[in-house]
Amino acid sequence: MIERLAFLWPEIALFITTCVVMVVGLSRSTGVRRLSALITAVGLAAALVLAVATTPKAGQFAPADGQTLFPDLPVFAKTLFAAVGLLLLPLLVGTVDRDDEREIAAGRRAFDPLRSNRAEFYAFYLFSLTGLMLCASASDLVWLFLALELTSLPTYVMVAISSRRHRAQEAAVKYFFLGALGAACFLMGFAFIYGGTGTTRLNVIADVFAASGINPIALAGLVLAVVGLAFKIAAVPMHFYTPDVYQGASPSVAGMLAFVPKAAGFVSLILVLGTVGWTHGPGGESGHSLPESLRVILWVMAALTMTVGNVLALLQSSVRRVLAYSSVAHSGYMLVALVAGPGDGSAASNGLAAVLFYLLAYGVMNLGAFAVLASLVRRNPKDGSADEIDSFDDLRGLCATRPFHGWTLVVCALSLLGFPPLLGFFAKVPLFTSGIAAGEYTLVVILGLNSAIAAFYYLRLVQMPLLEKPDPTTPVPEPVGVPSRTAAGLLSAAGAVVLIAVAGSLFDQAHRASRDPRTVAPARDAAGEPPAAPPIAARPE
Amino acid sequence: MEGSFGILSAMIFTPLVFAGLVALRPTREAKYVALAGTLLAAALGLVAATQFNWTNGDTHQLASSAPWIPALGVSLSFAADSVSFSLILLTLLLGPICVACSFTAISGRERTYYAWLLVLQAAMTGVFAARDLVVFYICFEFTLIPMFILISLYGSTNRKKAAIKFFLYTFTGSIIALAGLVYVAWTHASASGAWTFDVDTLERAARATLSRSEQAWVLLALMLGFAVKVPLFPFHTWLPLAHTEAPTAGSVVLAGVLLKLGTYGIYRFVLPMCPLAVVDYAPLIATVSIIGILYGGLICWVQRDVKKLVAYSSVAHLGFCILGMFALNSAGLRGSILYMINHGLSTGALFLLIGMMYERYHTRDMRELGGLAAKMPVWATFMVFFTMASVGLPGLNGFVSEFMCLMGVFQASPNWASGACTITGDATPGATFGGVLGPIYAAVAGVGMIVAAMYLLYMVGRVVWGPLVEPHHHHHDADTPSLPPDLTPREIAILIPLAASCLWLGVYPKPALDALRAPVEQTLRIIHKANGTLPAPVLDVPAEFRDAPPAGREEGTR
Repeated sequence: MIERLAFLWPEIALFITTCVVMVVGLSRSTGVRRLSALITAVGLAAALVLAVATTPKAGQFAPADGQTLFPDLPVFAKTLFAAVGLLLLPLLVGTVDRDDEREIAAGRRAFDPLRSNRAEFYAFYLFSLTGLMLCASASDLVWLFLALELTSLPTYVMVAISSRRHRAQEAAVKYFFLGALGAACFLMGFAFIYGGTGTTRLNVIADVFAASGINPIALAGLVLAVVGLAFKIAAVPMHFYTPDVYQGASPSVAGMLAFVPKAAGFVSLILVLGTVGWTHGPGGESGHSLPESLRVILWVMAALTMTVGNVLALLQSSVRRVLAYSSVAHSGYMLVALVAGPGDGSAASNGLAAVLFYLLAYGVMNLGAFAVLASLVRRNPKDGSADEIDSFDDLRGLCATRPFHGWTLVVCALSLLGFPPLLGFFAKVPLFTSGIAAGEYTLVVILGLNSAIAAFYYLRLVQMPLLEKPDPTTPVPEPVGVPSRTAAGLLSAAGAVVLIAVAGSLFDQAHRASRDPRTVAPARDAAGEPPAAPPIAARPE
Repeated sequence: MEGSFGILSAMIFTPLVFAGLVALRPTREAKYVALAGTLLAAALGLVAATQFNWTNGDTHQLASSAPWIPALGVSLSFAADSVSFSLILLTLLLGPICVACSFTAISGRERTYYAWLLVLQAAMTGVFAARDLVVFYICFEFTLIPMFILISLYGSTNRKKAAIKFFLYTFTGSIIALAGLVYVAWTHASASGAWTFDVDTLERAARATLSRSEQAWVLLALMLGFAVKVPLFPFHTWLPLAHTEAPTAGSVVLAGVLLKLGTYGIYRFVLPMCPLAVVDYAPLIATVSIIGILYGGLICWVQRDVKKLVAYSSVAHLGFCILGMFALNSAGLRGSILYMINHGLSTGALFLLIGMMYERYHTRDMRELGGLAAKMPVWATFMVFFTMASVGLPGLNGFVSEFMCLMGVFQASPNWASGACTITGDATPGATFGGVLGPIYAAVAGVGMIVAAMYLLYMVGRVVWGPLVEPHHHHHDADTPSLPPDLTPREIAILIPLAASCLWLGVYPKPALDALRAPVEQTLRIIHKANGTLPAPVLDVPAEFRDAPPAGREEGTR
């Protein structure tokens, strides 16, 4: 057991940071309290370094360790989560306690640890990321379940404390109950899989499936697990909470919600579906097909998720609801590649690499859109109260009045649309290539049409700030007073532009991370690197 | 393909650099910086034209290449054969013209305007020069953003609707085209094990591995993307709106180059990738083109807005262009490519002239205008000249290409191929491939020429000749104090190069036709090889057509 710790240095680093932040955030000294964000950042940076440096890769551990399904997945996923987590942090800064701290600084009241949320906020954020990383290194269904819960539970609280408004509480309750439903679903599914195979170890489950086929109980378990995990990725039919929660939570937390649970869901889906491996079923001989029933479920889910997300996004007037529905749609895009599976071993046919790369791209570019919403308020001229900006009209002429925010939004919206040559385009191309390589032509056409539908509302997000004139009768949106959020937005927009230069090597990493050693034909590797899957990872027959 | 000289890359990146300069320099310098950028790019084009080996026009020259995303087999590679290079030259010629024609028309947000105009030019050059499908697609799509901004910021009253319609139509079409292109890339990857988006490789792979029905699907996907851009008949509805609402330079670029992206895409990708399906679908596409020709022409006839009239005439004209292309013989294809250039010159010039008139009168309504020859003789001269070029008056450029297109279609029938017109004599009648169109298509399309003459001459007769009619509220001096009644030297200088090109291509088109022969014959060899047919012996106007084809050229020779 103790050697398992070798997997977990990044998580351990995050956990230690969590403990420190919990204490520091409650300090009586304002200066020390202020350090909590910085400490969180240091912890995340340490986790990033540790993820790259210490996570075992294929060939560094024996099959008995349980990490044989996707031996290179943890290192890529953890690095990705730590990096995006670092990017999300400046967005999250200042979400809680800003008014309280102002009052304390003005001497109107003394510091009251019971009223302060700062410690919990950062600690829960770190807990959530810890859970996310644990998902990636899961080798066991119980582990996976605990990791998923560790990812989700803190987010419920974060939604609730993210804003003083009642809507936030409502959103948190809604999110919690539906999340519990989803968790019940996949827990039940995991139990059925255990019932059907007699083990909770993922690689053993895969062996059982390979040896004796998928019995009905296990299949029911897989279906339940997929449906439960659909909640995490906000896929139809578990998507209903998304707009309300995204709108109810503060935009900074909504920006986090768009990435963290989605990433946990997709990584878990890859692991769970990895046990049935895309190697069985009618397309089995070509090496890329799920069992037909699962494939049909995922297929329908992908098509519906894309279409429902995009069509409903068209009808929204609130930008946050648009982004929420578009987040649903993006999950649908990624499901297309998930249906496609790991392909024939070449990078471009590898749908799992496409999912991982899309997660990276989505994490980077989506953050910018939420950062813009989170960093501006519209001040009511009558009573001086500040409202978060949320309507399209609030964005009018933003490129002229607030150039940093305006251009961030323009670049991020175009990238989310998948407009070449931005990052979103390069993320979308592998979805196309893998889908077509797997023979899912209809799904790819639906994906294409949905990208076109998405153009309607993303174009409004471009048009409003860039082309409309600012409305002279309403006051210009003001910065919210947390400069780091603007910086987060700029970083995200810059990422959407700059990362295209290294898109090739990033995608290559994603490809390496998601190769299922059982299905790889190393000679077919387009990237040209030497065959990387040593025989130790091969499944014992 | 040796020698990464990179002059093509220089032509693409020069406007980008100058776009950056425009954004950085003060507003009053914007137009001059933009003019300098486009002139520099044009100068590079002239230099490249001297280096270009026009006799080996089927070879892709001036190549440069750099790997970009090796995992997907994407590389930044540029090269041009004589077809793409001619279109690049057209783009580079229109570049300074578009900048110069906006000097007085655009006031306010000038830096944005000129910067995006330069970006647009870079993207368009990139489309023609790209030898990698992903690079092609990126450039192809990226033309949308500058155009979207140009229309929605600097257009007339209905500009926002026009811009959004333009964007959504073309974006939707090209996403489907992307799926088709990716499919081709995948078939290559699954056959060879390596992904690449290199155009040459994929073209060869597509025709080698795709079955007839697969080719049909690829053809439909690609045609959907390109037909919206051209635009072919059912997909044309965005065009009149976009043209009417766009600022003058936008209309010129739109008519001059952007529409050619579609026809060029069809020529470059559809013909060599789906040579079997092309033959199957030629009658359908030809029929759609003819509907476009007649329908577009008839709509032109009832237009009262001059600009809208010219916009709809583009629908009709590009119908001829596509029709000629799908004749699938040398006359038709060369006519079609020449048509792309000619339409860019003459329709671009017509939009310029209408813009100049609009700057003076602030209306384009034919009912409010008339007999402008009395007031603006120089303008009227050019107007008549370019209208005649557009109608297809012999001696001007439009005639040559339109005639060749129609002649190609006329000859593109099995009857013609097996008939008595054999020249070389060695063609076995049963095995020759004359094409799948024929005289009936040409005859119906020929009616379109008459319709074109009717509406264009009607417009000229109304606007240029007759008694002078000026808008009621027209107070010339008060409105535009800076503009004299007739054209300024700047405006004349803009029009002269276009007029000269029209005249040159009309009187002596042989160099251009010669330059286009090698790539066109290359394409035809591909189609014939795939279909197992021999090129039909055809009679052709220019005598040089009877020259023996260059011996020993294999398909795919570089």
